[in-house]
Amino acid sequence: MKTKHIVLQGVGAVLLAACASAPEPVVTEATIQRVVQSSFSQIEYQYPPEVVARTNQDEGQKMCTAVRNEVAKIPPAQLDAFVGKSMKEIKYPAGGELMGDWKQGENIAQSGYGMRFGEGADDPKRPNGGNCYACHQVAPQEIAFGTIGPSLLGYGKHRGASAAMQKFVYDKVYNAWVTFPCSNMPRFGHHGFLTTEQITHVVALLLDPASPVNK
Amino acid sequence: MRAVVCSAALWLALAPPVAAQSTEAEVEKYRKMIAEDNPGELWEIKGEKLFMQKRGSKNVSLEQCDFGMGPGVLKGAYARLPRYFADADRVMDMEARLLHCMKTLQGFDHKAALKTKFGNLNRESDLEALATYIAAQSNQMPIDVRLEHAKEKEAYKIGETIFYRRMSKMDFACASCHADQGKRIRLQDLYNATNKTEIDRVMSGWPAYRVSNSTVRTMQHRLFDCGWQMRLPNVEYGSDWTVALHTFLSVSANGAKIGVPGMRR
Repeated sequence: MKTKHIVLQGVGAVLLAACASAPEPVVTEATIQRVVQSSFSQIEYQYPPEVVARTNQDEGQKMCTAVRNEVAKIPPAQLDAFVGKSMKEIKYPAGGELMGDWKQGENIAQSGYGMRFGEGADDPKRPNGGNCYACHQVAPQEIAFGTIGPSLLGYGKHRGASAAMQKFVYDKVYNAWVTFPCSNMPRFGHHGFLTTEQITHVVALLLDPASPVNK
Repeated sequence: MRAVVCSAALWLALAPPVAAQSTEAEVEKYRKMIAEDNPGELWEIKGEKLFMQKRGSKNVSLEQCDFGMGPGVLKGAYARLPRYFADADRVMDMEARLLHCMKTLQGFDHKAALKTKFGNLNRESDLEALATYIAAQSNQMPIDVRLEHAKEKEAYKIGETIFYRRMSKMDFACASCHADQGKRIRLQDLYNATNKTEIDRVMSGWPAYRVSNSTVRTMQHRLFDCGWQMRLPNVEYGSDWTVALHTFLSVSANGAKIGVPGMRR
């Protein structure tokens, strides 16, 4: 009986070892590229090269994906370099006025239009939208707001609308990862999704004392 | 049919124009209201006819299509998909396999078979009807995707990698919307793929009748549509990308009891 037990234990150990050493499939970027090649192969659709390239990752997307957005796991030097470079890339509107028109900002916050391709493609001549309400509460009149991001109701009320505050919000909308690297928020200016002028309107929506956000 | 029309009319009458509650709650009411006659069952009936019908250049039915349990065996086949198929040397989900059979068995041309892959009010989809019928033959069975073949294991890992991969013009990954608890876009509740209860509920109900689309959709459309919103190029039907994600999501929902067609917003 005892022998049998030992033999069984031995078999178990061998099995365990076999299981442990069974190679786990390794999915590298090369694997993903192979999948991209076969899955966006342009049999059904023809895309401009710019659209196909959207399946690739830029430096920031790679950095955030590698740690599944846990910023604490990014080596500090890499993170600092990334944020510094992102800050330098931010473009400001000609004339330097960062506070635009909150009414236009509200339209931008409502619209989810732009850059969708293929079936139901968006017209590139129509302005894109920031779709802020998809994730944030913004003005109190709009009750159909999402909750992925924090509520922005009363955003400018206690923060004021100083030049420093305007720049902070502008930079945040232009490249959200300058303030919170790897947050869920898209980098609207970085990707050319919103124009510099559109971003000033969003700044006004959040900071202008006349905006319904701050009433 | 009359019940369906009445239910739809009732839905329109009862749906509040603006509601400060999630649309999911409203759809849940609708689900309960018409639990006995989901419009999606019409797709299932049509799908059965199409399945038995001699079609394509070879003028044969789909009755000899092998969905993994042997030619012609549909019972329980969907519950085991996606899986590896030696004849194609790749992992396929139900929709990819269906397309494969339409091409190889029935002689459909790839593009012609996909012409109506996604239906709308003016254009019914054969694939959506066929998929509903095939999936319904696994009703009441638990999802049971096993990852035995090396390529099945790899597909799962690829799917998981894509799920967390941030990309495109919005910096989104699937996980941006589907890995946190209790979030919504506008008023639409988002399911959390990392929550077992929620992933089970979602994956056990596809293909689903989508109220906002007035048609049955399959997981292929769901994945296509998410990618479109992420500003990715349109992913191809039954492609490795979609099958990998489908594998990852299905394995996460293993054990969930299938009930299709489901009902979604």
